[in-house]
Amino acid sequence: MLTYIIVVFYFGIIAFLGWKGYRTTTGALDYMVGGRKIHPYIMAMSYGATFISTSAIVGFGGAAGVFGMGLLWLTFLNIFFGIFLAFVVFGSRTRQMGHHLDAHTFPELLGIRYKSRFIQGFSGLVIFLFMPLYTAAVIIGAAKFLSAQFGIPYEVSLFGFSTIVAIYVIMGGLKGVMYTDAFQGSIMLLGMIFLIFFTYNRLGGVVPSHRALTDMGGLVPPPLRAGGHQGWTSMPSFGSPMWWTLVSTIIMGVGIGVLALPQLVVRFMTVRSKRELNRAVLIGGIFILMMTGVAFVVGSLTNVYFHRNIDNLEFVTVTTVTEAGEPVTSPPMLAAFAPDPAPGVEIRPSETSSIALLAANRDVDSIIPAYIRHGLPRWFGVVFMLTLLAAAMSTISSQFHAMGTSIGRDFYEKGLGRGRRRAYSSVLVTKAGIFLGIVLSVFLGYWLELTFGGTGMEIIARGTAIFFGLCASTFLAMYFGGLFTRRITRAGAIAGMMTGFFVSAFWLLFVHMAESRALRLSQYLFGRPSLLEGVRTGFIFWQEVDPLFVAFPLAVIVTIVVSLATRPLPREHLDYCFEGIG
Amino acid sequence: MFGIEAPSIWLAYLLCVLSTVLCVVYGIINWNRGRGEIKPEDKTWLEEEKEIEESL
Repeated sequence: MLTYIIVVFYFGIIAFLGWKGYRTTTGALDYMVGGRKIHPYIMAMSYGATFISTSAIVGFGGAAGVFGMGLLWLTFLNIFFGIFLAFVVFGSRTRQMGHHLDAHTFPELLGIRYKSRFIQGFSGLVIFLFMPLYTAAVIIGAAKFLSAQFGIPYEVSLFGFSTIVAIYVIMGGLKGVMYTDAFQGSIMLLGMIFLIFFTYNRLGGVVPSHRALTDMGGLVPPPLRAGGHQGWTSMPSFGSPMWWTLVSTIIMGVGIGVLALPQLVVRFMTVRSKRELNRAVLIGGIFILMMTGVAFVVGSLTNVYFHRNIDNLEFVTVTTVTEAGEPVTSPPMLAAFAPDPAPGVEIRPSETSSIALLAANRDVDSIIPAYIRHGLPRWFGVVFMLTLLAAAMSTISSQFHAMGTSIGRDFYEKGLGRGRRRAYSSVLVTKAGIFLGIVLSVFLGYWLELTFGGTGMEIIARGTAIFFGLCASTFLAMYFGGLFTRRITRAGAIAGMMTGFFVSAFWLLFVHMAESRALRLSQYLFGRPSLLEGVRTGFIFWQEVDPLFVAFPLAVIVTIVVSLATRPLPREHLDYCFEGIG
Repeated sequence: MFGIEAPSIWLAYLLCVLSTVLCVVYGIINWNRGRGEIKPEDKTWLEEEKEIEESL
C-alpha cells in the first residue's frame, strides 16, 4: 500500500511540475529568451538527471558487483573528463560556435562547421541507428529493478515500463522542463546519499567493509579467476581478458565517449553564458561522484552483503539433469532467482551463501535490484525505485529528443535535402523517427535479455559502452578539431569520421569476441567467431580489445593526415566560424 | 588507504574525491566569472530551439 501511495505522490508532483512548466513557461529556453536567471542548483540538477540513468546505477553498479572497485576509474574519468574537461574546455566554445552558426544539433554543428551536408546527414543517421542501444540499456535497467521490486517477470515489467515511457513522451515529456528534471535530480541525489550511508553503516564502516571485501578474494569463482579476476579490491591481472574488458570497454569506452555524446553537446548550447557552465562544474562534480561513485562502491560491496547474510536471506541450489543424464547442481543463489519448479529440476535450501554474481544467478543487471530488494528497508526500495524512474525518464527524454532531431532535421532535411525547416514532412519524419526509436529500443531490451540474460554478461554496461565508444570514434576527432583548430579540412573530417565509424563496425562484427560471437557474422563468413581469435601481441589480447582502442586513434591519424594533404576551408568561412572565439 | 591494499584501487578512490574537490574549487573561484551579455545571435538561437522543442 505504501508503495502505491508513494508512487502516486511522485507522479502527482511530476505532473504538477510539468503542468506548471507549461502554464508559466518555466522551460530553460523561456527563461533565457526572457533573460531571466535560473538558480544554478536547478540547472546543474537538470543536467545531472539527463546524464545519469539506470544504465549507470543498475548496469554499471552491477558490473562493479562483478569486476569490483576498479570501476572507480570510470567515476574518475566521468568527473574529470565528463564534467571538468567537458564543461571547462569544450563547453564554452561549443556554446559560442553553436549559437554563432545557428546549429541546434550535434550533427548540425559539425555539418555547418565543415560546410558539409554529408557530415550532418551521416552523423544524424549514425546517432539515430545506434542510440536505441543506449536507450535499451536504460530501459533494461529500469525494467530489471521493477521486476525485482514487485516480483514480476522481466517481460511484464519491460512492457509496463515501456508503456509509461510512451505515455510520458506523448504527454510532452520531451520538452525540457527544468523544474521536473531538477526535482528528479534531487530525488536521485537523496536516494544515493542514503544508499551509501546505509551500506557502509550496515557493513561496519568504510574501512572494515573494504577490508571485508578484500578478504573475500579467495571466493572468486574459478571461471572468473581464469579470466584474470584477482578479487574485488584489485584490478584484474594486467593483459587478461577481464582486464581488457574493464579497462578498454567499460572505463575508457564510457569515460572518453562522454566527450562526444550528442545530448551533452546540445546541452552546452542551451546555457546562457560561460558563467553557468562554471557553476555547473561545482554541482556536477559532486553529483557524478554521488551517482556513479556510490553505485560502483555499493555494487562491489554487495558481495560482502550477500556473502555474510546467510541467516537473513534464503539461498537455494538448483539441480538439473543434463542431456547426458548427469545431474548438475548450481552454486547457491537467492531463492528469488531460482527457476519455477518443474520435472527434472530440484530446488533445495542451501546452507552456504554466495557472492553477488552467483546470488543473482549470473544476471549482472539484477545485482543492484536484488540488493535493494533484500538488503535495504522496504520503504527505501520504494524511494529508490523513484530514484531510478527519475533517472531513467530524464535520460530517455533526452535520448528520444536526440533521435528525433537526428533523423528529421539532420538526415532527412539536410542529409537528403528533403523537406524544409518547419515543413510538415520534416516534422512527420521526426515524429515517426521517435516512434521507431521507441519500438526499436523496447525490442532491443527484450532481445538482448533473451539472448544474453543469465550468461554473466553485463548487458547494460556493454550496450552503453558500445554507443559511447562509437560516438567517440566517429565524432570526437572532428569535433575537437572543429572547435580548436582551423587546419582540419572537410576531407580530413569526413575521412576521419568514416574511418572511426567503419573500423568500429568492423571490429564489433569481426574481431571483438563479446559481440562478434553473438552476432555470428564472422562465424558464418569465416568459420570462426573472431578473426583474431586467441591472437596475442605482447600483452595485447586482440579479441578482447574494445573497438574504441583501435578506431579512435586511427580516426585521429586519418583526420590529421588527410587534412595535411588537402586544402583548408575558405578563410572567410573559418573567420566566421571562429568569430568571437579566437 | 581506506582499508584497500591495492594502489591501483585506492588511487582511483582518492582521485574520485580529488577530482570532485577540483570541480568544487573551480566552481567557487569562477562562480561569478564568464557572464557575457546576451547577443542577438543567442536570442535567435534560443527562439529557434524553442520552436524545435515545440515541434517534438
